Amino acid sequence: MTMSANGVRPRRSLKKALTGIEGFDEVTGGGLPQGRPSLICGSAGCGKTLFAMEFLVRGATQFDEPGLFVAFEESENDLVENVASLGFELQDLVDQNLLQLDHITLDRSQMDEAGEYDLEGLFVRLGFAIDSIGAKRVVLDTIETLFGGLSNEAVLRNELQRLFGWLKEKGVTAVITAERGAGTLTRQGLEEYVSDCVILLDHRVNDQVSTRRLRVVKYRGSLHGTNEYPFLIDEDGITVMPLTSTTLDHVTSEERVPSGVAELDQMLDGLGLYRGASVLLSGTSGTGKSSLAAHFAHATCAAGERCLYFAFEESPSQILRNMRSIGLDLRRQIEADCLRIVSARPSHYGLEMHLATMLKEINRFKPSSVIIDPITTFISAGSAADAQAMLVRLVDLLKERSITAYFTSLTPGNGEMEATEIGMSSLMDTWLYVRAVEADGERNRLLYVLKSRGMPHSNQVREFLITRQGIRLTDVYLGPQGVLTGSARIAREERERADSAAAKLQAQKDQAMADRRAEAIEAQIAVLRAQLQAERLESWQIQQNREALELEESASREAMAKSRGSQSPVRELV
Amino acid sequence: MSHSDGETKMPNSANPSSDVAEAPGDIVEVLTEGHVLRLFVTGSTPRSLRAITNLQAICEEHLAGRYTLEVVDLYQQPEQAKQNNLVAAPTLIKSLPDPVRRVIGDMSDEQQVLVGLDVEPI
Repeated sequence: MTMSANGVRPRRSLKKALTGIEGFDEVTGGGLPQGRPSLICGSAGCGKTLFAMEFLVRGATQFDEPGLFVAFEESENDLVENVASLGFELQDLVDQNLLQLDHITLDRSQMDEAGEYDLEGLFVRLGFAIDSIGAKRVVLDTIETLFGGLSNEAVLRNELQRLFGWLKEKGVTAVITAERGAGTLTRQGLEEYVSDCVILLDHRVNDQVSTRRLRVVKYRGSLHGTNEYPFLIDEDGITVMPLTSTTLDHVTSEERVPSGVAELDQMLDGLGLYRGASVLLSGTSGTGKSSLAAHFAHATCAAGERCLYFAFEESPSQILRNMRSIGLDLRRQIEADCLRIVSARPSHYGLEMHLATMLKEINRFKPSSVIIDPITTFISAGSAADAQAMLVRLVDLLKERSITAYFTSLTPGNGEMEATEIGMSSLMDTWLYVRAVEADGERNRLLYVLKSRGMPHSNQVREFLITRQGIRLTDVYLGPQGVLTGSARIAREERERADSAAAKLQAQKDQAMADRRAEAIEAQIAVLRAQLQAERLESWQIQQNREALELEESASREAMAKSRGSQSPVRELV
Repeated sequence: MSHSDGETKMPNSANPSSDVAEAPGDIVEVLTEGHVLRLFVTGSTPRSLRAITNLQAICEEHLAGRYTLEVVDLYQQPEQAKQNNLVAAPTLIKSLPDPVRRVIGDMSDEQQVLVGLDVEPI
């Protein structure tokens, strides 16, 4: 038995034939076993015939391998018509000898059995058809019908076993489809004979939502994914979703991309988001999540890249109108093929189908950024656990492709986190949270960066304004009751402005007063200085006078002494 | 119609209409009364030979002079398999009288062969 493996690697030992069916070759690591029969089983309407037909058409058109389609149930005309809706032009291929259709009917009412027989007629028929166009691929759809046409089951079983061996000898890669039986893969136990590769298709309806799934039940000699892979059938045929990449080896980018709001880029290290990052934007309803997402889309397109917008709540025209009202003209970008808006009701398909459709759109449009608005609606298309599993895969798929992804998430008003968010948060590189605050009869929005891996980011709460010119983030005011937003913030700003004006005026006044006081003092100083000058002058004059007096005194004393002679020798002796 | 005589064996000489060999396309007109039968076999396996022998015996016994039998070897004319919508071998196709019926097998069950030929057992 093959070992189960989630990672599918191609093995060189077994030759495989690429089917060309999108995703299937990845799941099986290269397609169906070449030159061997494979069994495709499933219940009615699961897509067996389509799978088989696409296998042939792709073989003929892409791999230059002509194919033979043996229909036991549908007529050639029915087949041509049925697959025309998938864009397969069978008649063209038939005309080019790349395809041959053969309708085999067995009408028991017109047939009697009289003795021994075998299915050599079928062998001759197939052999002739295979040789006539050089078929490399053969489909038998649905060979079990023979059991209804022929009564000798033992012969049939024997012959079918021989047929599968014969096909192998012929070296054709064959697909044998079979209806699923009760408790068995096929009604007639064909899996016992076709043992190399068994693929099971399934079509399940849960809560009125249908999901198609494919599983490789058995693939002898090859590793294969054992998971159930969802697949979808649309105008391009079958798309199988190779899911859950188990490795986390996607390339991370150092490159930064703008978020579309300059102030938000500022909060994110001044540079914006990392390319390939997953951004979760959660908030209560009406907080402007879609608007922010639209800004991001706009920024992507403005940078000349492509953005794919999955809208699960609004139609494209509605988004265009709403965004125009806030100054974002997305119409031009749609016309320039930069932006693509895909709208679908979440309940329209099952989750896997959503994932498959989205992947398909992504592969086709090749965007550099993707918006999913909102992810929470997926819960309505499945259970919370399923939604989370699907989102995990989606994030992985986007990361693998280095696509920057923006997920919006609606949270209930009570501040609780949605279940998906708890599961999603660890996957997200950047988590923005928009909250509405009600105060003073107003409802205002606040935005903050809950986390942002790999970059320093602002811890500030910003007020989130949606204006006619788009989104703006402004600083909030912290008051005693917490942050101030909206009118309260404006009032506070006004008050501050008024306060500061008054203060300025007061200062001017104060300065004038002080100046005046200083002037007065200076005047006083001048007066004093003048007085001082006068005093000094007076003092000088007094001194002059005194000196003059002293001079006079001494002159008169000398004159007296001369006149007295030596009248005073005692005194002189002293 | 594909009443090619190319490689077919025509073991039955008791054909009441001498025109058949020359104008096979006219068989329908000519043999309004008789059985037009074709037996498809795959080579000369014992089963094929058994089918031919058995069928001839039954025809001679019940439809003597009132049938044409063409034996087609699918190995020689493989295109006949699709043209006649064949799966099992040997297969006998009774194209006339209406309705077209088929009998598969080595024709060893005479009763079933007669049912297929719309012939009342004598």
